[in-house]
Amino acid sequence: MIAQTITRKIAPFAPLRGHYVAPAQVRQIKGSVRVGVEPGDLAEMMLAVRDRQDKAAFAALFRHFAPRVKGFLMKAGSDAATAEECAQDVMATLWHKAHLFDPGRASVATWVFTIARNRRIDMARKERRPDPEDVVWGSDDAPDQADVYAAAEDAKRLQLALADLPEKQRALIQRAYFGDLSHSELAEETGLPLGTIKSRIRLALDRLRNKMT
Amino acid sequence: MTANTIQHHISDSLLMSYAAGSLPEAFSLVVAAHVSLCDECRAQLAAFEAVGGAVVEGEQASMSQGALDQCLARIEGPAPKGEPKPRRQGILPGPLAGYVGGDLSAVKWKQLAGGVRQAILPTAKGATARLLHIPAGAAVPDHGHRGLELTLVLQGAFRDDDGRYGPGDVEIAGEAVDHTPVAEAGADCICLAATDAPLRFRGLFPRLLQPLFRI
Repeated sequence: MIAQTITRKIAPFAPLRGHYVAPAQVRQIKGSVRVGVEPGDLAEMMLAVRDRQDKAAFAALFRHFAPRVKGFLMKAGSDAATAEECAQDVMATLWHKAHLFDPGRASVATWVFTIARNRRIDMARKERRPDPEDVVWGSDDAPDQADVYAAAEDAKRLQLALADLPEKQRALIQRAYFGDLSHSELAEETGLPLGTIKSRIRLALDRLRNKMT
Repeated sequence: MTANTIQHHISDSLLMSYAAGSLPEAFSLVVAAHVSLCDECRAQLAAFEAVGGAVVEGEQASMSQGALDQCLARIEGPAPKGEPKPRRQGILPGPLAGYVGGDLSAVKWKQLAGGVRQAILPTAKGATARLLHIPAGAAVPDHGHRGLELTLVLQGAFRDDDGRYGPGDVEIAGEAVDHTPVAEAGADCICLAATDAPLRFRGLFPRLLQPLFRI
């Protein structure tokens, strides 16, 4: 895990010329699963895909997320071939639905997770997943730079906190997200820093509602 | 119906289970409907989805050779057409309007005892979702639970021993709860309820009706 690089300012709305150039640490990940990519950098790549249909940025995201999604789906009970196919689907969806990505609300990993989860439900149960209504954030309402930065910071903090949990507790949370546990088997307390994420989203929603009234 | 007026929320374990994608469809429908109305739970759901993101970050399985090129070829094509999300229809939150296929007038009600009406919604096995229409002032027959029952109020209000439930509120009743919800005077009470086991009614009459009406 490369720490501290997040302090570099993310400039997601600055129009870059030409293709997305991967930051140094992205180029290092080839063949090494241990080196993480900063959530802020992933968000930047995702914005290059969203705003400029940048294939180089998409390729970098694919290298990062496709193996993770495949691993996730295999833990959730898929065989390797199905998991690989679904990881492809998930990454293609990420490209096609890039316009829905909002770096002020969720990290790329979170967004990828929700796509993978929905794909898993389709596949395993052939049933509908009722989704909440969308929040209409407003098109001229670009997320605050501070929100974008905070969302990336939160994602990083959460990842580290999950890694730091005692093995037993972490395994329980992982099993919950692999779909192995029913709601009655879930603990109300996760031991993870979720309060900051909740309050950030809550504040953003409050701001939005105030604007609407 | 704003977050400020909602007093009774979805529990963390249910929100986490919904975020993880492991709730039965009928319960997911109640959660999705409540979250559509409740910013507090929407924010908490976002936090639980972020945990999913962190879990995915920790996994790894190598993709086969050429996977990236295949995917790059695939995204050249047009985006697959998705169905638009159902919109809110009057008192029916978007996800529920999707199951009903319109607004309240599209609901196919069936009479139960005591003026109570219900409509079972089409969900996968494992749990049942129904709309309930309880005349103002009327009681739902006294019942206990073998499993879990989630009840989201859409219109009017009901009271039971645990308190008052108004629009947007969710009552979570587990095994231990034996209750007789009574609709408040005023507007008829309309609720979305999901159960994962048949309810147990105390009176003989409702018990005889149970197999007929799938309550």
